Amino acid sequence: MLLLTCPHCGVSAEETEFHPGGEAHLKRFGPGASDDAFAGYMFERANPRGVHFERWRHVFGCGKWFHLARCTASLEVFGAYPADVTAPPEEILAKIRARRPGWEPAPAAKPAAKPEGDA
Amino acid sequence: MADQMTGGAMRWARVAGRGMIGLRLDLGDAALAGAVTGAAGVPLPAPRRIETAGARRLAWMSPDELLLFLPAEEVPAMLEAIRAGFGDGFAMAVDLSEARALFRLEGPGAREALAKAAPVDLHPDAFGPGDFRRTRLGQVAAAFAQVGEAPETFELVCFRSLAEHMATWLDTAGAPGAFPGVFARA
Ligand SMILES: [Zn+2]
Repeated sequence: MLLLTCPHCGVSAEETEFHPGGEAHLKRFGPGASDDAFAGYMFERANPRGVHFERWRHVFGCGKWFHLARCTASLEVFGAYPADVTAPPEEILAKIRARRPGWEPAPAAKPAAKPEGDA
Repeated sequence: MADQMTGGAMRWARVAGRGMIGLRLDLGDAALAGAVTGAAGVPLPAPRRIETAGARRLAWMSPDELLLFLPAEEVPAMLEAIRAGFGDGFAMAVDLSEARALFRLEGPGAREALAKAAPVDLHPDAFGPGDFRRTRLGQVAAAFAQVGEAPETFELVCFRSLAEHMATWLDTAGAPGAFPGVFARA
């Protein structure tokens, strides 16, 4: 069972007080993007064994969303960080590298090539 | 549905006549926070705490939310006073008196009854007078605070639509033989 600390209210509780919101930092490509890019945003998810970034909501507590970096294999939590960022902050990455030497974040998703003739 | 249980290690009763005002504001904004504390006469609670002054309590719900408990008949005038204090500020005061049901739990078993259903460390060193916690009881969203010490007394709110479920749960959790005695032995 995961033990999480909400960065908004400071409550530490096991995961049943929270609700998972899926993979973090998904990028939605704008108008005119290709079907492939949209399908990637919609359906493709990382499923790593190890370091993973997720969205969580303190649903039975303060109600706020936040981001979480954790290990899917050991359930170790590296840290929580605000919901309004598009990538994990350097401080979280440093904590992960300290615990998982050699680990590097996956490159950010790139939009698939636009079909010809697309405006 | 029963609205109270007497005797045993835990007594509980539904509390009627308590108004509740939901407040949304930037708690770090001295003018907005002052509008609440000034009108209510209750200090601003620290995170995860509840403050009491006379018949009123002010609970910290989230980084931008407070819940004010007060006698029901005081609600209209209080709403007016707080809204006047907010002025054009980005803040909101709403009468939520009918949104939630309020219960009072009392006795040596009250702490343990809560501990059975909430993912909260309820050891007296970890949760004491003035502590307030939004969490779940079983599968139901709830919030509770310790409001008295001798005998130990807690106040508990849950959404009104779930009050009957909560009453049944309190009866079951407080039945003779339903206490493992963890805190009593400690
Ligand atoms: Zn929280």
